[in-house]
Amino acid sequence: MTALARGVVVAHDGVAAALVRAVEHISGVRGVLSAVSNEACAPEELRARVADAVSGGEGPVIVFVDMSSGSCAFAGRQVLRGRPGAAVVTGVNLPMLLDFVFHREMELATLAERVAGKGRTAAQVHLPEARDDDADRAVPD
Amino acid sequence: MMPIELFRIDERLLHGQVVVGWGERLGLSYYVVVDDDLAESDWEQELYAGGLPAGAEAYFLSEAEAARRFRQLDGRPGAGALLARTTAAMRRVAETGVLSGRTVNVGCLGATPGRRRSLDYVYLSPAEAADLRALAERVLRVEARDVPSAQAVALDRLLEDFDA
Repeated sequence: MTALARGVVVAHDGVAAALVRAVEHISGVRGVLSAVSNEACAPEELRARVADAVSGGEGPVIVFVDMSSGSCAFAGRQVLRGRPGAAVVTGVNLPMLLDFVFHREMELATLAERVAGKGRTAAQVHLPEARDDDADRAVPD
Repeated sequence: MMPIELFRIDERLLHGQVVVGWGERLGLSYYVVVDDDLAESDWEQELYAGGLPAGAEAYFLSEAEAARRFRQLDGRPGAGALLARTTAAMRRVAETGVLSGRTVNVGCLGATPGRRRSLDYVYLSPAEAADLRALAERVLRVEARDVPSAQAVALDRLLEDFDA
């Protein structure tokens, strides 16, 4: 049986830990994601933290990073360079991770594209529309 | 034409604090990244350059090349930044004389074995402290500041725990 995918979330300050905690709280799925912070560490230390997290289990792994560039993305891409069965997905957010934990059986590249799409579509704009009765509720001069 | 406006020692090089924090504030349109290893690595250059805002350019140069091309890059249109990954690299560039009269900013140097904390965002080894002292003799000023809105920290304060 093929091992299910794991996730490593790499982000600034306490963002990764907060995301992992929220995913576990919402989904009830635990032990699938690990969190890495770039706080107060040099690039080589961050790479070591990411490498430890990536090698801390079996099966394919997706490294989720917050920004598409910067120290977290660099560390993720440097650690995974040349490694089969691994992918970096940028712009991590809660909907992306929630989708990930419920679809870990999927083939890695397909899964990575799927969760990236979930993350993108989660960003929406809702502008308040004028209501029909707004005129009635307007404050008179 | 504007000269290079920011000279920064930052081991993360082109990361958010530099490109967003300083880049937006100073209107930076080009970055001179001084690092001998990076100058030889096409894939890492692509990785770093991928985070630049649209229209911004990056030059990945060895220390020798940066010193040789400094006048040209300092005189090109737009506002620029020169970034070095290490204190030693910035010191060696300064020792060629091209940084005379400039202020060097110490940005992000994180915690590693052999370094000790000077500020939340600056950890230094004794050798790096010595680099900064030597650098200060070649430039107008060396100061630490992570983002433009922060108060600059003078070199004396930065190195007070390293003074004998």
